[in-house]
Amino acid sequence: MTRFRFAFTEHRGTLLALAIFLVMFTLYVANHPAGFTANVVQTAANKGVLLALVAMAQTFVVLTAGIDLSVGAVFILANCLASYIVAGSPVMVTVGVFGVLLSGMICGAINGVIVIFGRLQPIVATIASGAVFFGIALWLRPFPGSTSDFGSDLADALTGKVFGVIPASLMLLVGIVLVIWVPFRRSVLGRAVYAVGSSETAAYMSGMPIKRAKFAAYVLSGLMAAIGGLFLTFFTYSGEASAANGNTYTLYSIAAVVLGGVSLFGGRGSAVGAILGALAFRAIGDLMFVFDIDPLWQPLFQGIILMIAVSLGAARLFRIRNRLELFS
Amino acid sequence: MTTNTQTPGRPSWTSRIDMPVAIAFGCIIVLLIVGSLYSRNFLSPEYLLQQLKVGAFLGIVATGMMIVILIGQIDLSVPWAVTMGAMMAAAAAAYGPTGEVLAIPFGILCGVAMGLVNGIGVAYLRIPSMIVTLAVNAVAQGLMVAYTGGFAPQDSASAAMKYLAAGTLILGLPNAVLMWIVVGALAVFLLNRTTFGRAVYGIGNRESAAYLSGIPTQRVVMLAFALSGGLAAFAGVLLAGYAGKAAQSMGDAYLLPAIAAVVLGGTSILGGRGKYLGTIAGVILITLLQSILSVMQIAEFGRQIIYGVVIVAMLLLYGREKSGR
Amino acid sequence: MTELTPLFCMEGISKRYGGVRALEQAELTVHAGRVHAILGENGAGKSTLIKIMSGVVSPDEGQMLLDGRPVTFANPAAANAAGIVCIFQELSLIPDLSVADNIVVSNPPTRFGMIDRKAQRRIAMEALERAGGGDIHPDELVKDLPLSRRQIVEIAKALARRPRVLILDEATSALTAADVATVFGVLKRLRAEGIALLYISHRMHEIAELADDCTVFRNGRNVATYAAGTKSDNEVVELMIGREYSAMFPPKAKPLDIGKAPVLEAKSLNWAPRLNDVSFSVRAGEVVGLGGLDGQGQRELLLGLFGVLRGMGGQVLIDGKPKSINGPRAAKAADVGMALIPEDRKTEGLMLPMSVRDNLSFASLGRVSKAGLIDRAAEDQSIDAMIKLLAIKTAGSAATAGSLSGGNQQKIVIAKWLMNNPRIILLNDPTRGIDVGTKQEIYLLLRQLADQGAAIVLYSTDYDELIGCCDRVLVMYDGAVKRELVGDAITERALIASALNIDVNEGAGPAPVTA
Repeated sequence: MTRFRFAFTEHRGTLLALAIFLVMFTLYVANHPAGFTANVVQTAANKGVLLALVAMAQTFVVLTAGIDLSVGAVFILANCLASYIVAGSPVMVTVGVFGVLLSGMICGAINGVIVIFGRLQPIVATIASGAVFFGIALWLRPFPGSTSDFGSDLADALTGKVFGVIPASLMLLVGIVLVIWVPFRRSVLGRAVYAVGSSETAAYMSGMPIKRAKFAAYVLSGLMAAIGGLFLTFFTYSGEASAANGNTYTLYSIAAVVLGGVSLFGGRGSAVGAILGALAFRAIGDLMFVFDIDPLWQPLFQGIILMIAVSLGAARLFRIRNRLELFS
Repeated sequence: MTTNTQTPGRPSWTSRIDMPVAIAFGCIIVLLIVGSLYSRNFLSPEYLLQQLKVGAFLGIVATGMMIVILIGQIDLSVPWAVTMGAMMAAAAAAYGPTGEVLAIPFGILCGVAMGLVNGIGVAYLRIPSMIVTLAVNAVAQGLMVAYTGGFAPQDSASAAMKYLAAGTLILGLPNAVLMWIVVGALAVFLLNRTTFGRAVYGIGNRESAAYLSGIPTQRVVMLAFALSGGLAAFAGVLLAGYAGKAAQSMGDAYLLPAIAAVVLGGTSILGGRGKYLGTIAGVILITLLQSILSVMQIAEFGRQIIYGVVIVAMLLLYGREKSGR
Repeated sequence: MTELTPLFCMEGISKRYGGVRALEQAELTVHAGRVHAILGENGAGKSTLIKIMSGVVSPDEGQMLLDGRPVTFANPAAANAAGIVCIFQELSLIPDLSVADNIVVSNPPTRFGMIDRKAQRRIAMEALERAGGGDIHPDELVKDLPLSRRQIVEIAKALARRPRVLILDEATSALTAADVATVFGVLKRLRAEGIALLYISHRMHEIAELADDCTVFRNGRNVATYAAGTKSDNEVVELMIGREYSAMFPPKAKPLDIGKAPVLEAKSLNWAPRLNDVSFSVRAGEVVGLGGLDGQGQRELLLGLFGVLRGMGGQVLIDGKPKSINGPRAAKAADVGMALIPEDRKTEGLMLPMSVRDNLSFASLGRVSKAGLIDRAAEDQSIDAMIKLLAIKTAGSAATAGSLSGGNQQKIVIAKWLMNNPRIILLNDPTRGIDVGTKQEIYLLLRQLADQGAAIVLYSTDYDELIGCCDRVLVMYDGAVKRELVGDAITERALIASALNIDVNEGAGPAPVTA
């Protein structure tokens, strides 16, 4: 029994995110005029997956007790790049996809190098690097658009439905979790990432590969953001260097991560939680649509829900009896 | 006032200027030289005053941001605090003569209210500031979008707002700059000479130790956020006066430059360390950089890239954060 | 057991930090199967020595020999790989990972590149068993464990690395007496297995029980090495401080006038489950000690009096009048005049990156300010006076608190509260990890403060300190005051017996720590 108790403690944040998501999504589907149909789920999934990918990107860095304010910029940069190079013959499309992923990893690696070897605070370093990444995106696509021979077959396949039921994007997300997250979580490097976030000094004293762990976290973050950007291109068939869009995704990724039970102080949480947080956050936004409320009120509604969600964490305060624990 | 004898412990004025501040001022001079090579106008008093005027808005926002960063937190609600200040002041000005008079205080008060919500969330509910300010920003945005969309309030600035932002009171010194000087002087006084200022630095270094020393840490944190919100809204009021009207996205351009200015000025993003002089340097530096990039007619993408590279390069120059706290 | 070639040797090791010489031509020889104790005041170079041995810092000069062959360690991992494992004073456990994760942290068992959780749990349980912590669940998060259990995990973690040289730096300072006995059993077994143990401690009787060889460090040099038991405690202390060892404790006050009203009185304080109906009183001029095993509610009692604990039942009376103290701010107000020297000076007492002067005046800003405005002249005056009064060794009041030695840092914590002229002073183990010289100064200061009319409550984990300093000692057990010892009745035997909650008349009882 104790083992279940410890397992529950470990996954409490993720389970809470799952609960929030289920409630929100049920509300959404129950009130949707079309009901629980494959199309409704597909539309919801496609929107949710974008944020889920960026939230995953954020998770890797947040686990090291850092923050990546450039995820939105990398996301946009990948989008703009993909609108050029994911084109032509199937081979060229494949090369293009890998090119986009590689560019994301390079962006992440640059962040990693600045933070690890430049020893700058992640928040400041990624603000600055984000400006650079966005600048490059703007250089690529001063105006929204895409190449004429854009690989729309692949795009359609990945944004459609498998067997006419399950959204392909959701399948792909599950695949990414299985191929990237699960091995990471169970690898020595993954554990080192958690350790660095929990207590960097202790990790160093224990002889863990701190620098490699952090570097891996930033590179993976870049990779996930690039996958997100790629998907955005698949949905829109075009690239757009929109600063507003980038900022929104950066900020929402932080919100999703928090909703998903990942501690901003590092060392605690999982990408699965962050994904659920992202989906829940999207479902909240979509509730407006099904309740047929004037879209003018949507930002306010989303803000208030976010406010309530983050305040839920304050409930633990009532249990604190030694005031010194407030500061730890 | 007694005699000016210095106790052995108090450091002399010169030794109190630390490296980052010196480097920041050094970079300002380099920028000016580079700019003057490009155009003679660069060293003219008119141009410099114009830069100070443009920088004043950022300076006021950065002042509040600095106080929040000093306590080891961050205020991401600046964009909509600025916008809210501008919009609410403009809206209030529509209500006859009373509205005109109350417009500016009302705009600022709205920002203070936003800051108070931030502060309560951070200090009393212990929610990470990055999250709380983000959520408050979203709520403020929602309020403003719904308000402007639903009620179409007046958005043009009152005469007083225009005068404060664009007029001149003393010998060609733009009033906006004067406002920054006043705000800056108050900030220096607050940080260096009051118990509030001491508490800000103490909390930024170690909140538990500050609490056990009998400092009302929660109240100080809340007030710091209220100050930041109020100052951002004040900058918004001035900005509306400068531009003639309030607009929805007017605050967006102030968040990242404000953080960058504070950090370039040598304030530690982890809190507890930093001088206002540095923030002044940071603000001027950022403003000059933006100005030079636009004078050189570099395209937007190039500006973004150079902007980011310069910030990273300068921070690397500072000898970096000492490992850990 | 002794071999001809020493297992590990350090020759001519020097290390400088800025202008400060931490080690100067230091030598050390360690043999397999022996416990080698390192003694010295704080700042004598012990911790630098250990850091060099375990690869945390590299020496400026000198060389290290393992099995007679020169070695260098680029980082802790390299030292571990060579079989040199250190249990640091500041815990190196990762709070958000489980006990098992932590134990195998540097070299987890893997299958197909993934961590093998089953094997990991097995290794962890084995190591815990060897370290005397078989009752700790391997899946529990470290941050949920009490301090003394964490230390056991720390030892288990070291053992899982199969060390040849095991360094214990103040490893018992957080342990309860029962745990210390367990750990000593473990260490003796390791010695028999042929591991070389390097043992650093400020507790003389622990060293007397455990050590085979001793080396004394002073000012970055090794000043003497001798076989354990060949020098008296006084001789050892003289070697450590480098001067004649005078009386450690100042004379106590004459018996107090019992009729005097107490300054501080606590009536049935309750804070489940840590405090259980605690009542006591302290008069002006009195030093009252809190004794007992570690973790019996002493810390909570001090925090509760200071208003830090929420929902504490009972009553606190100041000068006979009930006061509700809801936090440090209320506690330091003039009508109460309380001060608390907290447990951990680095996180609760000081802002290490701030200057000595800012730290000193931090708790007493109210005294040098009006309406929130600080009178800097008055502030400087009182700061300078306090630095002089406590003889704080600092490069100037603008130096950061973090640049001072541990002893001087502790002096600042005490001084910052003295600037408030407190009438009631609560101290939470103020001399832990502090050098002998500063300890002596603190004892003297406490007695002076009491003589000037302060009421002092001193919690200490060091029995000698309670015996030497206190007029009365309240021995706590399981959140309650079980016995009060007065005057000459405060003996080591009585303290230990009542700490274990045994009737004194039945004899000394098991006294695990003393030789």
